Amino acid sequence: MLKLDSVSKIYKIGTFGGKELCAVNNVSFDIKDREVVSLIGESGSGKSTIGKMILRLISVTSGHIFFNGENIASLKNNGLKNYYRKVQGVFQDPFSSYNPIFKADRVFRIIHDEFYPDVSGKDWNIKVEDSLRTVGLNPDIVLNKFPHQLSGGQLQRFLIARALLLDIQFLVADEIISMLDASTRIDVLNLLADLKSRGLSILFITHDLSLSYYISEKAVILYRGNVVEMGATDKIFYQSLHPYTKMLMVSVPRLDMKWQENVEAKIDRTMQPGGCVYYERCSAIEKNELCAKSPPPLVQIAEDHFVACFGYKP
Amino acid sequence: MSLQVENLTVYYQTLRGEVHSLEHANFNLGDGEIMGLAGESGCGKTTLGNSLIYLAPPMKFIEGQVALDGEELPVWDIERMNEFRFKKISIIPQYAMNAMNPTRKIGKMISELLQSRKINYKELLSVIKERLDKVKLPHDVLNMYPIELSGGMKQRIVMVLSTLLNPSLLIADEITSALDVSTQKSVAEMIVKFRDCGCMKSVIFITHDVSILYQIADSIMIMYAGQLSEKASKETIIHSPLHPYTKLLISSLPKVGVKHSEKKLTGIPGTPPLLLNPPVGCRFRDRCPLAFEKCLETPPFVEIEQGHFLACWKEGAPYA
Amino acid sequence: MTARSQKHEMLFFALRNTKLRVGVSILLFFILLTIIGPQLTPYEPNDFVTSGAFPPSSEFWLGTTTFGEDVFTQVVYGLRATFIVGIVGGGLGMLIGLLIGFTAGYWGGIVDETLNMLTNIILVIPTLAVLLIIAAYLKVRGILTESLFIGFTCWPWVARAVRAQTFSLRVRDFVDMARISGMKSYKIIFSEIAPNMMSYLLLVFILQFGGAILTAATLDFIGLGPTNTISLGLMMNMAVLWSALILGSWWWFIPPGLAITAIVGALYITNVGLDEVFNPKLREM
Repeated sequence: MLKLDSVSKIYKIGTFGGKELCAVNNVSFDIKDREVVSLIGESGSGKSTIGKMILRLISVTSGHIFFNGENIASLKNNGLKNYYRKVQGVFQDPFSSYNPIFKADRVFRIIHDEFYPDVSGKDWNIKVEDSLRTVGLNPDIVLNKFPHQLSGGQLQRFLIARALLLDIQFLVADEIISMLDASTRIDVLNLLADLKSRGLSILFITHDLSLSYYISEKAVILYRGNVVEMGATDKIFYQSLHPYTKMLMVSVPRLDMKWQENVEAKIDRTMQPGGCVYYERCSAIEKNELCAKSPPPLVQIAEDHFVACFGYKP
Repeated sequence: MSLQVENLTVYYQTLRGEVHSLEHANFNLGDGEIMGLAGESGCGKTTLGNSLIYLAPPMKFIEGQVALDGEELPVWDIERMNEFRFKKISIIPQYAMNAMNPTRKIGKMISELLQSRKINYKELLSVIKERLDKVKLPHDVLNMYPIELSGGMKQRIVMVLSTLLNPSLLIADEITSALDVSTQKSVAEMIVKFRDCGCMKSVIFITHDVSILYQIADSIMIMYAGQLSEKASKETIIHSPLHPYTKLLISSLPKVGVKHSEKKLTGIPGTPPLLLNPPVGCRFRDRCPLAFEKCLETPPFVEIEQGHFLACWKEGAPYA
Repeated sequence: MTARSQKHEMLFFALRNTKLRVGVSILLFFILLTIIGPQLTPYEPNDFVTSGAFPPSSEFWLGTTTFGEDVFTQVVYGLRATFIVGIVGGGLGMLIGLLIGFTAGYWGGIVDETLNMLTNIILVIPTLAVLLIIAAYLKVRGILTESLFIGFTCWPWVARAVRAQTFSLRVRDFVDMARISGMKSYKIIFSEIAPNMMSYLLLVFILQFGGAILTAATLDFIGLGPTNTISLGLMMNMAVLWSALILGSWWWFIPPGLAITAIVGALYITNVGLDEVFNPKLREM
């Protein structure tokens, strides 16, 4: 359904744009129909940038994104509008997603005005109420309120209901439950998983591994803009190969396992430009000179399992 | 017993009335105990932490006693708390690491802070350096500006600073929330290490993330809507909790190994009550599957087994 | 708190704010005078109604000029010119500033850099020098020409302020939300971003209004003002030219000077008052 082909995003920084900052480097992966793929990374890994590039909110520096075979960079006016009919997003901060001076249901009215101007107001209200019930909200309680009168969980469901009003096929969910409370976040997560049965594909962007395991079939691990490992969720979690993935696995606080004493990475600042992005922090015994010199390519090592590390020998 | 809190009640004053954010808190903290304090946002955990050290308006002291190492703490008197603050009891507030003055070098910042407490920076320098070694930071950081440091490094400096005088109690408020998983782990482990070497006696570790508490805490206390629900050893809270809220909360947490397609987790239906005019009795009543008439009275927070405290009429009944 | 009660609260504080009440009262007085003033006088501003300068009397309320023109008539007609300059000049400056500020702030990048350069260039051009050149070429200058000139030179401050505000608002998620709703850029600017800075824009407009009036008065006073009509600044210019100061005809220059000071002062007081109403932190408790 959605395919990223060698996508990069480079920002020019500094006065006169002299320096370059590579936020996303040569990322390729695809998302099939009815598939939930999670994009896992820490802050600054470029995971949100990828989500925004898919939503055409940020331009792509090089590479292409294809949606159902069509390059999304070429979409204009009506083509782009049609794209948004099928591809939608929900962001991390529910309160910032609403214009604070308007009522929350304005997000529905915008969809009405922009996409379905011909539908009568009455029919539209019925559609909105149906959509709200689908996401588990009571229209009588949540409609006609200002954003600050609703809870974070309600606001996020609102945005999912908004997306459902369109002929949505693909949803970018960018950290949508990280700001919600424990007792309500699981319901939003379940709702997202249920959408799959409606034929949706989802890109689930998160830093929380257990959430990713709960909901997705496939996981992509990002480190400083580079894909270091990707594949079927079970393989990533139980047969992790990249030292970074392994480190994440042992660092995530779990309720069924205690933290192990981890090997402190020897901080090695001798890295030359062009080496492996993880070189500095890598504590693998396989670490060698090659790692410092050239970036390891992402290679397939099993069905549905890719890793970018010289240390791995099949 | 390091800390004893009895019947502590603190309200928030707002234009629309008093918010009952902490009511009748009764608990003890043993020497060397790391107690995790968990609950949803707005449940009063930060209020509890702040009221032990800096009870400033709009917070309003209603009643209660607090004793630290057997000595009564005048928590209602901001002035008199000065002799305890930072020396006997210390806090790492939420967002502390982002509150550093960007125009001051770290060393200068520490020296100014110590000066305001009338403590000589030079005399403490050796301790500072020793502590920096402990958290694996180079001594150079004293000559650096906050902007040159990563989030994890800043959090460690804040930790060193707040425990310089070996306080009896450290309150750590959400110190790992804004960090990446790898840094989160090292900062959390630092707390344990500091406790082990006596940099502070006991710790209240406030967080919304129960799984971190399972890693580092000795005991866990769960709060709900301004009331204490349950306190026990971490094993008990995680594996055999009694309070219905704790049970539902723990069971709703996604874990690695649990897939939606295989096992669907459920959340807790409903929302917490507003604390402006809170309902009488147990505040979890409306969302509780076990609620009955008796829950219209506030259940007392009582010890039902050695070290296991519970505020629930139903689950507590067999032990009464 | 609902937005309705927020509005009510705003109104409550607005009515209670002394600065706002004083400022608006003064402004209303002058606006009223501008409207009904010409009905109160039987003369035209440049009519020679008597011979020579006379102090205020029951016949000539504010006295007459050296040429025997009625000062009161000149003031009420001059007020009209003042308000026209304020509205047209200030309004035009506001409009250009908004356009440039929104464009630069919303699109950023190269668009922003280009517009920013333009803004800075206009900012450093010595207005007076340009006006001298223009005055040399234009034999007849009207109040509208003057307003246009002020409008075209006073917008950079607006543009800068609006650009900064737009910058901080455009990165908010609700703007992204509007974009993925297929909303057109201009629609996003006017229906999502601009409403969030309404109170701010009102304040900016008031400052522009006052600024334009002051600039016009300065230009008139040094003789670069309109040639075919009367204005408060022009009155003062004439008063000085014909040595009213030395001859002691205080009634010639005090009324126009006082009117300008009062209007601009009232605008600033209103501005401060509104600021306190919009910004709860500044409210006097």
